[in-house]
Amino acid sequence: MSAPVPKIRVRGLAKAFGDKQVLDGIDLDVMPGTSSVVIGGSGSGKSVLLRCILGLIEPDAGSVEIDGVDVLRIRQREREAVNRRIGMLFQNGALFDSLTVWENVAFGLLARRRMRRAEARARACDVLTQVGLDPSVGALSPAELSGGMQKRVGLARAIAATPEILFFDEPTTGLDPIMGAVIDGLIVDCVRRLGSTAIAITHDMASAARIGDRAAMLYHGKLVWQGPASELMQSGNPMVDQFTHGRREGPITMELRR
Amino acid sequence: MSRILGLIATLGASVLGAVRAAGSLGLFALSGLSHLFRPPFYWRSFVSAFFEFAFFSLPVVALTAIFSGMVIALQSYTGFARYNAQSAIAGIVVLSVVRELGPVLAGLMVAGRVGAAMAAEIGTMRVTDQIDALGTLSTNPMKYLVTPRLLAGTLALPLLVLVADILGVMGGFIVATLKLGFGAPAYIVSTLSILQPADVTVGLAKAAVFGFLIALMGCYNGYNSRGGAQGVGAATTASVVAASILVLAFDYVLTEMFFSR
Repeated sequence: MSAPVPKIRVRGLAKAFGDKQVLDGIDLDVMPGTSSVVIGGSGSGKSVLLRCILGLIEPDAGSVEIDGVDVLRIRQREREAVNRRIGMLFQNGALFDSLTVWENVAFGLLARRRMRRAEARARACDVLTQVGLDPSVGALSPAELSGGMQKRVGLARAIAATPEILFFDEPTTGLDPIMGAVIDGLIVDCVRRLGSTAIAITHDMASAARIGDRAAMLYHGKLVWQGPASELMQSGNPMVDQFTHGRREGPITMELRR
Repeated sequence: MSRILGLIATLGASVLGAVRAAGSLGLFALSGLSHLFRPPFYWRSFVSAFFEFAFFSLPVVALTAIFSGMVIALQSYTGFARYNAQSAIAGIVVLSVVRELGPVLAGLMVAGRVGAAMAAEIGTMRVTDQIDALGTLSTNPMKYLVTPRLLAGTLALPLLVLVADILGVMGGFIVATLKLGFGAPAYIVSTLSILQPADVTVGLAKAAVFGFLIALMGCYNGYNSRGGAQGVGAATTASVVAASILVLAFDYVLTEMFFSR
């Protein structure tokens, strides 16, 4: 029997901004239906990695395969078709502030034009309930919501079109620990219910352990460690240990200047 | 020697920068226009941009036009009375308003009002990842944000200028009849006799070009803004300055093309 094809396969991904090499040969496999977390310090290139996979940033070298198709070398129209199967929760929600909450949630559904507005609104209310929000929230504007509620709406928008792949950019940043745990729980629920493949990037260790099946650590543009998320706290890798235990001394030095 | 080389290098770098900026602006405009012909078209975005351009700019543009018409009547009277040429005032007012002041002043006011708001809105969407989010929700950001605004600007400004033309001429009429002692029927007759249809249509064509340029500068600067609140502020300023200069420059070019014969 041949080995199963990874849902997402990244090979030799590299990206530099000016003379700063942000990604330097990333290899990463994410198997279907599993969740991977990528941990790393601020400015270690986690967001850039996610954006390269999503096609928001064009990498300098390397390949990104989704279901065996190299998405960096296909045409715009096909790329859009691939992106239709991907949902993303942005770090600060990135909700459209000119629209109401339900229009935000239903945005992807309406954009595909397969649904009437009334139908899309009903579906949006349904999804809002799934992330623990009252359907009445749908009529508010995003600016009226607290940070935790905005995260929930962002999550609802990401899962509304039942994507096969979900990306989470620092899902718990800016939330209190309890709300962080609640959002993590919702993420795990959604990923399980949809059977999606997920990649989350975070520097919150508790969150990484809750969300991920697999984990990887990004440092200086390279993945310095990969393994099961359960082994994060006792990986035996000095860099991962320093990071997960938040020690000041160790192989990782904080770059305060370039 | 090295100082001269440095000078040349600086000059070359700034020229290259300008060429690069012009090229990226041109590509941006082409891409925005090309989406006009590829469905879907976002009517909702178009209608709200159109209202923002045309309807909500009406008060500002109306006041500008009325006062400009009034002041032209007053100023040309003081000048022309010396040569006993007061009868030319109706013609001066209508031609200067319809050919120049209507389109240009409306353009400048709308650049300050709508162009700035567009740059700020799209710029904020850029720095808060909302434009990236559009891409992940089956929506092409150019098609959704830029194309409807370009079309709205191009169609709305002529309408606005038509209103400005009428009100500007009316401003001149008010001053001429109430203050300068002209007879109302005579003033109207001489206004209509001097006005050619081409004066109006070329003025409106100018307005369409200005509307496109204003929307383009607002969208382009907002779309390419970087770096948080400060970046959005810079984009807003840049869009107003660039749109104003382009309006005046293209006004000259279009005048040269249509009226200089």
